[in-house]
Amino acid sequence: MLTRREALLAGAGWLATRAGANAGVPAGATVGEEVLGALPGKKALIQRAFRPPNFETPLADLQPIYTGNSVFFVRYHLANIPYVDAAAWRLDVGGPSAQHPLALSLRELKGNFEHVSINAVNQCSGNRRGLFAPRVPGVQWGNGAMGHALWAGVRLRDVLHKAGVAADALEVVFNGADGPLLPGTPDFVKSVPIDRALDENTLIAFEMNGAPLPHWNGAPARLVVPGWTGTYWVKHLTEIRIQPAAFDGFWMKSAYRIPTGAFATARFASQETPETTPITEMVVNSLITSPAPATHLRRGEPARLAGKAWDAGAGIESVEVSLDGRQSWRPAKLGRNLGRFAWREFELPLDTSRSGPIEVAVRARSRNGSTQPEKLTPNPAGYHDNIVQTARVEVS
Amino acid sequence: MRGARYPLAVLFAVVGAAAAPAMSALAAAAEPTELREGAGRDLTVGRCIICHSVEYIPSNAPAMNRAAWQKSIQKMKEKFGAPITDEEAKQILDYLDANYSGKTG
Repeated sequence: MLTRREALLAGAGWLATRAGANAGVPAGATVGEEVLGALPGKKALIQRAFRPPNFETPLADLQPIYTGNSVFFVRYHLANIPYVDAAAWRLDVGGPSAQHPLALSLRELKGNFEHVSINAVNQCSGNRRGLFAPRVPGVQWGNGAMGHALWAGVRLRDVLHKAGVAADALEVVFNGADGPLLPGTPDFVKSVPIDRALDENTLIAFEMNGAPLPHWNGAPARLVVPGWTGTYWVKHLTEIRIQPAAFDGFWMKSAYRIPTGAFATARFASQETPETTPITEMVVNSLITSPAPATHLRRGEPARLAGKAWDAGAGIESVEVSLDGRQSWRPAKLGRNLGRFAWREFELPLDTSRSGPIEVAVRARSRNGSTQPEKLTPNPAGYHDNIVQTARVEVS
Repeated sequence: MRGARYPLAVLFAVVGAAAAPAMSALAAAAEPTELREGAGRDLTVGRCIICHSVEYIPSNAPAMNRAAWQKSIQKMKEKFGAPITDEEAKQILDYLDANYSGKTG
């Protein structure tokens, strides 16, 4: 039976229910009470914040190799989020280092450039922030501020070349239709280095998983920067500026930064200071999707460990699993290689012939030689939690 | 097609409800607005929900102490342009520290 509150929620087009404890969070870790909420056009997701909307994909929905559009995570910084009219939409491409500024309709974007598609992981910089110890402020994400999709669109570089990239171009700046509620709040605007903007894998995407981008994932067109964290994947793109100087907006200079030198990821030299530098690439990582946390297996029941591994684009070399509390490690079987920016599935049968706990640990290794560490690298914003993944499975 | 900026509609509904505490049960239907009872609560809710729903406060409590709340309020005021006077900032800090400082160690 619906309570009065639930009836009101349903009437308002929203659904909210109490989720089972710890859904989507590894055994032994909690992010606090979880509430499920459904945004218009989305299925129920873990509601980390209502406004601006920050909704996380539940673990069960991270099991398929492609994360469905209706369950793909939603992340906004600012609450003024217009429904963009695709017919009236224009993308302005200009800036001081653009030789022939232009404006494109969606029809022109789709019609005038070669179509390309790429499998890529989109992971929020703050994914797993809620699992940090000691805790750090920010949206308290569990494991589901990420997903994997087939992104389709056009190469950013083809559009930039049409606008004419001058020799002095240093950064390319991206703005979207979403914005602040107060005039004093800095608009969400991001930049990437010119070489990343001109990389053949960086796209202006208008489709994910074969369907138009959902509103909450950036319709009608968004940036896709494979290998780099979600903060650069600007949604509802409206403006692209090629410029000869470092962009000095709040979301580059003050937010999304890590201690300089703390991680072996790509540098963003034009934005670097001796103390801090922008987060850039993802670090090698994995997620156990099965068994779900707190699963009890019956003795003799066939069971398998399964999950996903990913990195910033070198590709996954191997996934090692320990089933005895890290005393010995063995390779998991890897799934099909869907591209170097894609999720790589892994699996291993679990021996359920004896009663008792199985202490599972998983570590992925990138082709660049990096592997998942045992300990977190402390950083104030709670980024890059890629520690060895663990689970405790009870057999009885 | 849809020209309406729907989050604004939600915002107005909530601002209206928050101004009248008797209606807070209704406001909760649209978005979470409940914070712990205590001196400064209505001011805190009233200022914070201009830009964001208030569940950011309890969800961040385990990471916060008085110094962290002070930094957070200062950021909202100076970097995000939140309309909060110095006197209000002090009352909001006292309220948040008394009710949502959960950081240990």
